[in-house]
Amino acid sequence: MSKHETIIGLEVHAQLKTSSKMFCGCANNFGDPPNTNICPVCTGQPGTLPVINKKAIELAIKTALATNCKINERSVFARKNYFYPDLPKDFQISQFDLPLAEHGFLEIEVDGNKKRIGITRIHLEEDAGKLVHKGADRIMGSDYSLADYNRAATPLMEIVSEPDIRTPEEAKAYMEKLAHLLEYIGVCDAKMEEGSLRCDANISIRPVGQKEFGTKTEIKNMNSFKAVMKALKAEELRHREVIDEGGTIIQETRFYSEETEKTKGMRTKEFSHDYRYFPEPDLVPIAPTKEWIEEIRKTVGELPDKKENRFIKDYGISETDAFFIVSNSKMATFLEETTKSYNNPKAIANWLVGEITACLKESKMTFDNIALSPNQLAEMLALIDNGVLSRKVAKEIVLPELLKGSNSIQGIIKEKGLTQISDEGELVSIAQDIIRNNPKQVEQFKSGKEAVLMFFVGQVMKATKGRANPDAVQKILKEALKK
Amino acid sequence: MEINIEHVAHLARLGLSDEEKKTFSKQLGNILQYAENLNKLDISDISPTSHAILMENVMRDDKVEKCQDIESIMKNGPEIEENMFKVPRIME
Ligand SMILES: [Zn+2]
Repeated sequence: MSKHETIIGLEVHAQLKTSSKMFCGCANNFGDPPNTNICPVCTGQPGTLPVINKKAIELAIKTALATNCKINERSVFARKNYFYPDLPKDFQISQFDLPLAEHGFLEIEVDGNKKRIGITRIHLEEDAGKLVHKGADRIMGSDYSLADYNRAATPLMEIVSEPDIRTPEEAKAYMEKLAHLLEYIGVCDAKMEEGSLRCDANISIRPVGQKEFGTKTEIKNMNSFKAVMKALKAEELRHREVIDEGGTIIQETRFYSEETEKTKGMRTKEFSHDYRYFPEPDLVPIAPTKEWIEEIRKTVGELPDKKENRFIKDYGISETDAFFIVSNSKMATFLEETTKSYNNPKAIANWLVGEITACLKESKMTFDNIALSPNQLAEMLALIDNGVLSRKVAKEIVLPELLKGSNSIQGIIKEKGLTQISDEGELVSIAQDIIRNNPKQVEQFKSGKEAVLMFFVGQVMKATKGRANPDAVQKILKEALKK
Repeated sequence: MEINIEHVAHLARLGLSDEEKKTFSKQLGNILQYAENLNKLDISDISPTSHAILMENVMRDDKVEKCQDIESIMKNGPEIEENMFKVPRIME
């Protein structure tokens, strides 16, 4: 195989979490009936004028600040002209030579190696509508198509990376990092499977040591982080094979197929990339003031990397757990909220990563709409510490109830009779009953098989429905068995 | 100034007759010729003008305002199916 290195650059499109569209008051809602969120502006009726959504600019500036970008003092919207049925105006309002922000970077980590990936630019544009193809399950072979303009002109942010990515693994790491960041700072849902985050990749290969880039191809239709990696792996291999066989790569757009795990070229003649950009005459430039940028900076908050480090350092949480918790912004906030009324972050982290995550998974729920509140978790953990609840009962009975939406721990305890048996006399008498009923095991224990002790502990826990403290039970059993 | 009228017409999805091609070729050529005059000027220390008015930051708050007359918009579509605009086959 040839000694080539791979050059990858990613163009990411993120749907912004605004209430209304980019240039009109229509709702920016996913899943509404077709053409219920449209108006004369976003369907390009003659004589209508667009007005910029301030929130969209704020979210893009927020992203720029979180990705170390320089925010341009002046940025301009431009028309990108092309015809396609999902574009009612026959042009897309985008940005061209003066984007909102430039020259940022994101730090990724692959196999323990940290690496900086440059961000060329961040700009704002409007999304296109949605097409439903009839007579076939895709555009190829369909008889006709139906256009729904609910998504037309909803705000879209494009983030373009430098060609700094060298492997498909790095591409995946970059996408995951970016998605996490966008979700974290609350600008985008960042779900590739749902299309709120999309990615096009430019890939080329060149002999190691060569400065000039090889001919690149653009890959589209990757609908998950894994697909990004798989598609790039397939395309990287194709480039190598073509070049090794003495062929040449043609610059073109290729579509990735999840089924074949291969990329496929489309006839490029159809797409004339002559977009004839020109400044959008209906929108005046954006010139963010320093005060406005500083105001937005305050809303960025602590970024995930920093938070993770703080959890490890200040809370003593393991790296793996800190990464797990921080990767879900809601869980991270939950942890911090809980520490306000229960001062043992490590214990809280253990429950979040362990029991709570497991219990949610078992009942097919997600942390995003968790019914348990930080106060409830704090209360439950304190009850365990005070010996009122056993860990086992808390985990197996109280926690599932709380996750189902019960709002009073005391209520659950009362209703189910869960208070831990703290009366030693009661435990002793239960232990004695069990010893009496299991002479064979007593014999074994006395002949030196100490492991049998755990059998007795199990029996006591069973008899008390888990309401006993296992440590106390062991102590009582050891003494009772000595007799 | 020469212009590839067929290319420009295709980009705008216009079907032009031979007569029209001739006319527009000439007219667009004249416009380009006129713009070409600017190249004779030294504009090295002038930044490009994007807008003729000196306004900036015209924005609206992120408020939803539902359109009250979607029906009129739908009427502009020659054919509607499932409340969507029916368009001819895209890929041949
Ligand atoms: Zn609208």
